[in-house]
Amino acid sequence: MKWGVVSFPGSLDDRDALWALRDVLGQDAALLWHKDESLGGAECVVLPGGFSYGDYLRCGAIARFSPIMKSVARFAADGGLVLGICNGFQILCEAHLLPGALTRNRSLAFVCDFVNLRVENAATPFTRAAHQGETLRLPIKHGEGCYVAPEDELRQLEERGQILLRYVDARGEATDAANPNGSMRSIAGVANDRFNVFGLMPHPEHAVEAMLGGVAGRKIFESIAGAAR
Amino acid sequence: MSEAPAATPGEPKVDLAAARAHGLTEAEFAEIARILGRTPTFTELGVFSVMWSEHCSYKSSRKYLKTLPREGPNVVGGPGENAGAIDVGDGWVAVFKIESHNHPSYVEPYQGAATGVGGILRDIFTMGARPIASMDSLKFGAIDHPRTRYLVNGVVGGIGGYGNCVGVPTVAGEVMFDPGYNGNILVNAFALGLARREDLQSARAHGVGNPVLYVGSATGRDGIHGASLLASAEFDSESEAKRPTVQVGDPFTEKLLIEACLEAIKTGAIVAIQDMGAAGLTSSSSEMAGRGGLGVELDLDRVPLREPNLSPYEILLSESQERMLIVAEHGREAELAAVFEKWDLHAVVIGAITGDGRWRARFRGKVVADIPIAALSDDAPLYDRPTQPPKRSLHEARPHAVVVRPEPADALRALLSSPNVASRRMVFRQYDSLVLSNTVAGPGGDAAVLRIKGSRRGLALKVDSNPRACALDPYLGAITTVCEAARNVACTGARPAAITNCLNYGNPERPEIMWQFARGVAGLGDAARAFATPVISGNVSFYNETEGRAIPPTPTIAMVGVFADVSLNVKHYFSFPGDLILLVRTAPPSLAASEYADLFKISFGALGPIDLVRERRLLDGLVECAERRLIRSAHDVSEGGLAVALAEACFNPDQALGAEIEPVATDAAAEAWFGEGASTVIVSAPAENLKAIHDIFAPLEVRPIGRVSAAPRLKLGGWCDEDVAALRRLYEEALSGRLGRHD
Repeated sequence: MKWGVVSFPGSLDDRDALWALRDVLGQDAALLWHKDESLGGAECVVLPGGFSYGDYLRCGAIARFSPIMKSVARFAADGGLVLGICNGFQILCEAHLLPGALTRNRSLAFVCDFVNLRVENAATPFTRAAHQGETLRLPIKHGEGCYVAPEDELRQLEERGQILLRYVDARGEATDAANPNGSMRSIAGVANDRFNVFGLMPHPEHAVEAMLGGVAGRKIFESIAGAAR
Repeated sequence: MSEAPAATPGEPKVDLAAARAHGLTEAEFAEIARILGRTPTFTELGVFSVMWSEHCSYKSSRKYLKTLPREGPNVVGGPGENAGAIDVGDGWVAVFKIESHNHPSYVEPYQGAATGVGGILRDIFTMGARPIASMDSLKFGAIDHPRTRYLVNGVVGGIGGYGNCVGVPTVAGEVMFDPGYNGNILVNAFALGLARREDLQSARAHGVGNPVLYVGSATGRDGIHGASLLASAEFDSESEAKRPTVQVGDPFTEKLLIEACLEAIKTGAIVAIQDMGAAGLTSSSSEMAGRGGLGVELDLDRVPLREPNLSPYEILLSESQERMLIVAEHGREAELAAVFEKWDLHAVVIGAITGDGRWRARFRGKVVADIPIAALSDDAPLYDRPTQPPKRSLHEARPHAVVVRPEPADALRALLSSPNVASRRMVFRQYDSLVLSNTVAGPGGDAAVLRIKGSRRGLALKVDSNPRACALDPYLGAITTVCEAARNVACTGARPAAITNCLNYGNPERPEIMWQFARGVAGLGDAARAFATPVISGNVSFYNETEGRAIPPTPTIAMVGVFADVSLNVKHYFSFPGDLILLVRTAPPSLAASEYADLFKISFGALGPIDLVRERRLLDGLVECAERRLIRSAHDVSEGGLAVALAEACFNPDQALGAEIEPVATDAAAEAWFGEGASTVIVSAPAENLKAIHDIFAPLEVRPIGRVSAAPRLKLGGWCDEDVAALRRLYEEALSGRLGRHD
């Protein structure tokens, strides 16, 4: 399957996503430049982690106006698969391709750590390689990952199964102590109502090699690769 | 000789008083007039003052630095470049350096620390290497000092704010709290990059007529005299007023600059490239041309400015961040400019390399500075300052008699939650340690471990210092520091390969400080020679004093080690119940300069002798054990001694394990359980490997002291039987409890 990873100025994990997809998982992946409008025939577009445009305004607020984001929006409207990781998730929210917003962590500090995530809906193109209720161990690294949305929106997300990942403890419980950033309802990742756009704060691209923090992240990429076939 | 330089309208008068205000001595001012054959212009005075500052000229330290071992079969590139480099195999070279940003970080902690990270990264990618790792050595005052919490939050925030945004992982470091730093904290920033050997860049200009390109951020008024007035003078009550001399960092621009510079280097159109760091445009232009034995002429009207009406003095001395100077091949300027344009960065030709050996700057059509280039570098003053051993040891004022020695179980709990032993998690959790996908072992272990993509090879890195030992004996203390850094690296299984150092001391004009420095460099040199780990780069930070009180002598040592096969890296924690726990050491432990002695206010005593041959044996043995897969963990015994090291080795992140340790047959129980000093390592291994391990380390003492247990309890010689999870909570939460950060 063909993947396109967008490089915005200030993107950081674009190279990591490319490495994970191309060099570790053997996928056909390439970087896409933010000033271009072409998606290079990608079947899945990845918006990577980092600090696009320095994130000196709200995270992702400037990146959403990049030329390539017009194409990404069109691509998503046509049902194309879009995966936003960390800063990519923030950009998708700013671009209104996903509901809600990401705000400063409850601790007001950047946090880099491994966390446990429970798969809340395994019947999506992004999670189908996992089991419902399975716990995935992935790293997070962000300063603004506190997911917020209006109460009725949250209710809708629950009802439609758009919440794909939640922060949980070692026993799989979504406790307050296991919530690393204060996200409402411990939300770590959400999909749009058509289930072709997915944003998550954890970094699956940093968990694809046993020597470097485990292989739980493969489940996300393998789900997507399987979905396209 | 060309036209005499003109004074710029409105500039202050140049006289001895002006020179003194610039930190120059009367003799130095007279020497400038002699070199020029006239009184300098105000602009020239500013240029001389920064280039002859201690920070830029190393005028007090050069004599000693020359004695350090700089050569080795793995060392790549000549001296005088922006950073040192070693060959790590498979065509890769590792470029690394550590630098201080102490004074800026005390005056303005967030920006001071942030720009310290930014500056050291530029020293790395200017060599053509992609930065892949950062580390920091931080020294704060006493944890309950009223300013400490503010400084910790600012410094840690600045390191994270810059490092996280620029996309270079912070993989290791050290944090220490000691009242000796109440008035002068230390922020030493390390960066390491990887390059293909053929891509290494030079900072040596050649080719008369080659254009000089200015790239990166525009120039503003920030950081003027950061090098001369801030870094090269003591602190006093006026230091707060120097806050405007601290630069402001922009990590986003730095990230663009990294990508643009590495892409520009690939064009092959770059002759030489250097960061505009301390003394900005002045040092970068004069050093690149000077190294090539050439001259340079700059047209200051072409320099991109952040605000109008900067004087030539300000343009030349600005330390605005995220700027680089490039000498390009004539005729290929446009090719380079296109790369920087792609990344939305300035790239402007502002001058050219000349053949007349002069450093010349023009402003509004007039020459405003015209100086023989050698006067700014090679011919800068060199001092052989007097040295004098102190009459009293730095620690003589400490209480000598033990009032009450604590019960060992209480001592262990107190040590695990002491600010200098407890987990640094609340600090390093604020740093991205994973970006770039090379981090095999991040912060929290003995040393960070990185893999090299597309190769079996890997690197281990650690930064260490031991100011308490250095205060007792600056020579043995420096050796102790090198031993510890090397041991931390060797515990992971990597072979220690090379050193970069940051030498932090007080005012070198005081003979006792100069003596500390001389002894420190001697110790560093002796240890580096014994371990065949050349000192390939470094930095000296003098004038770490406030109101006449110097910091403890603090040579900070960063050691880089190389793995032939990184998959053989060894963890610092136990993993297999039933494994034997072995103590390997070069000499008996001692409480001298230990955390125990500090915490319980007993005499610091004296450091014992160090046998560098035995130390080397320990390092080589650790590497061999790892390469032959004989051991399953190795952990250095440092602050807190054996008992603390055993507890740390039980803190396996994936499973709850414990340890059962036999009683020690000695009447010096505190020394045995909490002593530091000598080099000691605890390793765990299957029992059947004991003989082989014994043979490898001979003639060192290798003693089985207990076993790893499936039950998660730490049992130490009958006096300690504690739940590992409870000890771990103590250890993990102590620092955030003291500094008031919860998440």
